[in-house]
Amino acid sequence: MTTLLYLAAALVACFLLGWVMRFAGQSLTGNKPFFRDMPMAVAFGYVLGAAVLLFTLWYYFQPTVDENGVPVAGVMFFRWAVQFFVISALAAWLFRLLGRSVGTDGSRKLFRSMPLTASFGILIILIYAFVAIFAGAIAPYGQAEVFQQVNALPGGDAATGGNPDHLLGTDQIGRDLLSRLIYGAQNTVGIAFATTLIAFLLGGSLGFLAATLQGWLDQVLSRGVDVLMAIPSLIFALLLMTIASAWAGSEKWLLTVYMVLIIALIDSTRVYRLARAVGLNIVVMDYIEAAKLRGEGLPYLIFKEILPNAYAPLLAEFGLRFCFVFLTIASLSFLGVGIQPPLADWGTMVRDLAQFINFAAFSPLTAALPLLAAGAIALLTVAVNFVVDWMLHKSSGLKE
Amino acid sequence: MSPLLTIKNLVLEGRSDETWTQIVNGVDLTLNKGEVLGLIGESGAGKSTVGLAAMGFTRDGVRIKEGEVEFDGIDLVNASASVKRNLLGKRIAYVAQSAAASFNPAHKLIDQHTEAPVQHGVMSRHESEKDGIELYRKLRLPNPDEIGFRYPHQVSGGQLQRAMTAMAMSCRPDLIIFDEPTTALDVTTQIEVLASIREIVEEFDTAAIYITHDLAVVAQMADRIKVLLKGDEVEEADTRTMLSNPQEEYTKSLWAVREFKRPQKPAVASTATPVISVQNVTAAYGKVDVLNDVSFDIHEGRTVAVVGESGSGKSTTARCITGLLPPRIGQIELDGEPLPLDYRKRNKHQLRQVQMIYQMADTALNPRKTIGEIIGRPVQFYMGLRGSDRRRRVDQLLEQIELEPDQYRNRLPSELSGGQKQRIGIARALAAEPKFIICDEVTSALDQLVAEGILRLLAKLQDDLQLSYMFITHDLATVRSIADEVVVMKDGVVVEQGPKTEMFKPPHHAYTDLLLSSVPEMDPDWLTNLLAERGVDNIGAAAVDKM
Repeated sequence: MTTLLYLAAALVACFLLGWVMRFAGQSLTGNKPFFRDMPMAVAFGYVLGAAVLLFTLWYYFQPTVDENGVPVAGVMFFRWAVQFFVISALAAWLFRLLGRSVGTDGSRKLFRSMPLTASFGILIILIYAFVAIFAGAIAPYGQAEVFQQVNALPGGDAATGGNPDHLLGTDQIGRDLLSRLIYGAQNTVGIAFATTLIAFLLGGSLGFLAATLQGWLDQVLSRGVDVLMAIPSLIFALLLMTIASAWAGSEKWLLTVYMVLIIALIDSTRVYRLARAVGLNIVVMDYIEAAKLRGEGLPYLIFKEILPNAYAPLLAEFGLRFCFVFLTIASLSFLGVGIQPPLADWGTMVRDLAQFINFAAFSPLTAALPLLAAGAIALLTVAVNFVVDWMLHKSSGLKE
Repeated sequence: MSPLLTIKNLVLEGRSDETWTQIVNGVDLTLNKGEVLGLIGESGAGKSTVGLAAMGFTRDGVRIKEGEVEFDGIDLVNASASVKRNLLGKRIAYVAQSAAASFNPAHKLIDQHTEAPVQHGVMSRHESEKDGIELYRKLRLPNPDEIGFRYPHQVSGGQLQRAMTAMAMSCRPDLIIFDEPTTALDVTTQIEVLASIREIVEEFDTAAIYITHDLAVVAQMADRIKVLLKGDEVEEADTRTMLSNPQEEYTKSLWAVREFKRPQKPAVASTATPVISVQNVTAAYGKVDVLNDVSFDIHEGRTVAVVGESGSGKSTTARCITGLLPPRIGQIELDGEPLPLDYRKRNKHQLRQVQMIYQMADTALNPRKTIGEIIGRPVQFYMGLRGSDRRRRVDQLLEQIELEPDQYRNRLPSELSGGQKQRIGIARALAAEPKFIICDEVTSALDQLVAEGILRLLAKLQDDLQLSYMFITHDLATVRSIADEVVVMKDGVVVEQGPKTEMFKPPHHAYTDLLLSSVPEMDPDWLTNLLAERGVDNIGAAAVDKM
């Protein structure tokens, strides 16, 4: 109760400060339009923003260990987050600087107009791609190799229970986490990419076909998609995976193929809806009519006239869909029907290490174990969306 | 008496590609109480921007760099948001070009009408409602007691534009800015709106800035005219002086646009086979017949203009000829041979002979393809030319439409002006080497000078290539300048047809007469005379309904 009161009082104080700031601004600058026309809400926003910034600054410099010598997880994680943020921003800035001075004229021009978020996204995607492709060469150990020491802490500091051989520690049965993270990139990202691609090929071409031909084909496809979408997707995927695992029998790689196809099918329904909606808006344009009257065939209409005008929304959807597929695979693996052990996969890693989160109050390093895989998923999701946002902005904003 | 509105040396800047560029370079303007100032110029001349700046308002990405805007002693450039809020809607009102886009479709007209008076505390909701109905009556809207309780989509375009004028009048402002209020309307509807606006502005002694690109319209409405060109003032004078004795070259060229007239070609021998023959065509959307027994012929090297209001079936006729809408009864002949009714059943040769140029060049060109690809595709598709042969042909076509090939070949449509886009549309039609081209309102979205250029180009191409045109338009000035024969349509029926020279001479069919008399002329007394002659209730849609 008292906390709520304090919060309310702080908000009121912000409001009053905002009024004071606006008044001071008005009288000091001789009624410049910036202060004169500033709504109270905006003034409040400025003050609140400043307060939040000050609070984070104060929190950052709190001690990481309390008086009893117990580490404070909140401060530690917060410091890591801030440090990571600053380092990423710096890396992105350097990467952009590099792109601006090296490469062809075209690529240099591209980097010149690029926001920092996009260059960060590209950098991260490049790193992931590199790691995924050369996983075998980079990883210090194999993904299925089991060692003596279980649950070694990250950091490799022997004093706190780490092992310098395993930089990020080992999991509950003694496998090297760094190696598994690296192999995880190969398995999870590669499979997610393939799945999204299949979903787009299937959903996109059927959607455009329905939009162009309309009539009974459109009805059949759309109602079929409606039926598929009516079933909750995760449960549907689980159901199909159960059937598939019976079909696959002992062939584990076959199960992975089935999983790719099943997720692609379920996700293609969403792509279909988008492609059809976008396509319907494009087919009413006069240039489509002109092409039809010219006698052009269906493939030309779809791929040469419609598709180039649908790139922007499809691309945005691709970014989102990739993340969703990625998360679906992680959830399926988390539930035990996805990528099969001993193959490393980030979803499975989060599940296996999840219980260590409970130790955050005593040993933040232990709690960091499951966060590594979760962070890898989150980072890629953010990076992909940064890049997609930028591409969208580029393709829609500049020329119109 | 000090003027109501003074604008001094107004400089406006627009933001494009991260930099500010000047779009209006120092315009001066004074407006007295009760006076109407016409602001004319091509698109991009800055007329709308100046009109909005007169309210102390700029669109996003536009800012006032320097200059003064003073309304009744109030400095609008430096006025605070709250001062402006008190002024706009109450003392200064704005009527936008597209009433359909400016009304909120989710609210009834009267609810939107009463909003400003109630917000500004001028009237109570009840008073304002009564006043609104009174204004509707004054603006001669049908069923004034009831029309306000409809939603915007339930009334016609012309009525909506008058309802918007009534809304602007709701607080009895001192100044109204009209931004092209009749541009999107048919001639017969336009004349009604013009008459109502003029009457109500006179009655309440409201000052107005009337922005338009149509000289004949501004001649009816304005006391004074100011001509703008690319953000500069060209000249200003009172209406009669300006019309009779323009000083600047640019103004003279604007005045001269309507002079372009092609001599009528001699009639074709009655034995000649027409290029296109429309025979007793009846067509329907669903179960409703929209065309009824339409027949006409188009001969080689001739232009047939199809005129009529929107909804008269002009474009539907074109859709029947192209085969997009197969007629229910009747047939279309090309060179004496019947064409399959559905375009999908026509062969390449038949498709090639019938080409189309569209009204909106923006939607007629694929925005993701370069000009070279757009024109090159039919060249490749019909003529089978590839590689350097194809490129040579594209360059040749670009030269034919008077665009420099090296400069334009690799551009995207968004990098062209409206007139240039329309030229690309023409080149795409020419690329098929057709005999017959349908021009669907090709000039109605363009400025007059640009439109004239397009008309001249089409005329030249016709002479060079012996093309036949079907020219769909609602603008009779265009008909006068380019047509050989005229077909007048109303409600899906041909009401009159014949050679141009005969059609513009009396006696006419009553509907043709109404169309002809509704076209504004450059004479400032034209509207007054017409109203005196025909009576207020005998113009526009009211007169059409009586037929």
